Amino acid sequence: MKTFGGPALFLDRNDINTDEIIPAKYLTENSKLALKPFILEDLKLPGFDPVRDTQGVGVVVTRSNFGCGSSREHAVWVFEVNDINVVIGESFARIFRQNMFNCGMPAIELGKDDLDALFGLGDKVEISIDIETETLTAKGNKEIACGFSLNSFDKDLVKAGGWLAYADKKY
Amino acid sequence: MGKTITEKIFETHRRDNPSRNNVVLNIDVVMCHEITTPIAVNDLQERGLDRVFDPNKIKVVIDHVTPSKDSKTATQAKILRDWARRQNIKDFFDIGANGVCHALFPEKGFIRPGYTVIMGDSHTCTHGAFGAFAAGIGTTDLEVGIFKGVCSFRLPETMKISIIGELPQGVYAKDVILKIIKELTVNGATDKVMEICGPVVDRMSMEARMTLCNMAIEAGATCGVCMPDRVTAEYLWPFIQDEYESIDAAVEDFKKWHSDADAKYVAELTLDVSDLVPQVTYGFKPDEVKDITELEGSRVDQVYMGSCTNGRIEDLRAGAEILKGKKIAPTVRGILSPATPKIYNQAMEEGLIKIYMDAGFCVTNPTCGACLGMSNGVLAEGEVCASTTNRNFNGRMGKGGMVHLMSPYSAAAAAVKGFITDPRKIV
Ligand code: SF4
Repeated sequence: MKTFGGPALFLDRNDINTDEIIPAKYLTENSKLALKPFILEDLKLPGFDPVRDTQGVGVVVTRSNFGCGSSREHAVWVFEVNDINVVIGESFARIFRQNMFNCGMPAIELGKDDLDALFGLGDKVEISIDIETETLTAKGNKEIACGFSLNSFDKDLVKAGGWLAYADKKY
Repeated sequence: MGKTITEKIFETHRRDNPSRNNVVLNIDVVMCHEITTPIAVNDLQERGLDRVFDPNKIKVVIDHVTPSKDSKTATQAKILRDWARRQNIKDFFDIGANGVCHALFPEKGFIRPGYTVIMGDSHTCTHGAFGAFAAGIGTTDLEVGIFKGVCSFRLPETMKISIIGELPQGVYAKDVILKIIKELTVNGATDKVMEICGPVVDRMSMEARMTLCNMAIEAGATCGVCMPDRVTAEYLWPFIQDEYESIDAAVEDFKKWHSDADAKYVAELTLDVSDLVPQVTYGFKPDEVKDITELEGSRVDQVYMGSCTNGRIEDLRAGAEILKGKKIAPTVRGILSPATPKIYNQAMEEGLIKIYMDAGFCVTNPTCGACLGMSNGVLAEGEVCASTTNRNFNGRMGKGGMVHLMSPYSAAAAAVKGFITDPRKIV
């Protein structure tokens, strides 16, 4: 199975919506790759520069209700084509979370304390995820580890590489 | 123990239980538009799986940017159009017959009580107004829906929202749902179904119920749902008269979808609307809602009337009530987009289009257009729009633009004054 993790990008706000992740004007693209330069273009956070700060990132760490708003899977694809393969947050909007698993990528929910600990690791943090054992390790100004739980179906989707592959076999 | 309408629909449509908390449902209607469908179609083609599970259960419209505004949107429309023809999809709506999906498909009689409905569009929750389970999904779910006719959901819990009292003059379904979203917050209903009921809803038209359910997603809900009743049966009558002996028989049959009296809810909220005043959003989140009186005098540059929330005939009538015999402020651009050709026609016959045009509005063809900042009224940096749509996200109608969500009645008042004002003072 694919491994998940990488250097982390911290987006310290609740309710980041899909218009901020990928603005509607780019929804006219018919290929996922064409979305690549526009990642998080309309997201305004103190000191955040979408082009500079998404270079080399593998994991997005955020707060609650991430991905609210429209159903656009472009919000997941724009991560995928920028090599971001995991999103970690306190909670997700339903459609965004489902879109992540449908694309075979985990959206991981952590409690507030664990999230605060991740946010406290400094600017340079490397995160790795073990889907089988449901554990997360993060190395920054120190190393921490915590557990998370995945619904068995979501886990199956990640293992299958997404919902289409899963459904094509089963239904 | 009793069951909710959603539990009943899940039970009758269950195809599989891939885990304790997940259900794979058989889908009755898969709806498609040109923004989220082309990538699914292309992907199926690339995988050599260019098939549909049932062309009669797939409904297709080009509505977001129509007529196409550039070669990219023209390509999206073409991919959808070619696919619909290739797959023999009869219910395909193109220029001349197209309108905003969530206004058009109900009008065509495609939604019935007890149905499961999916679309690659978050406001699919609108169709819950008919007592259906209708949910917005992403493109992969859509792809599987088109291909296999199934979709997976976590078992949703239901929240019961009872609307009681008497709606005051000048206060509409839009004000009610904005108030509910304010109470629940933008993720107060995440992973839940919002069952919206009570005497006020019972007295509402299908149009008003659709406005309520349309914005359920703005509180994070999977679906909004109203109990199918006589109002539902009368609306659907032209489409179901071969199936039932009488409207009474349909009303009786629809009861099988009603939530049982002892059904279990995860939360219950009762809202007395007797003293509700028109509501308006002030920030960039749909739960940032205030009484309109608190924003009195706030400048607007554009007024947009339309969308799947409030582009229906009753909405146009409400706006016209204010605009009749008046001119909009010289500093305001007024744009009206009736949500479907039928609504447009009806508005012409009722003289509403003339009222809007005489007041100084530009009337566009039915399309999503400005609602998502794609065409037909995109804002410039720093501009403000009073809008009857459903999303006020930063940049939604154009980068650097700001949107105040409100009812058509309030939006018309803002057009006349050039600033946000209490519409009840105008008539
Ligand atoms: S009118 Fe706006 S909210 Fe409704 S379907 Fe179109 S873009 Fe989406």
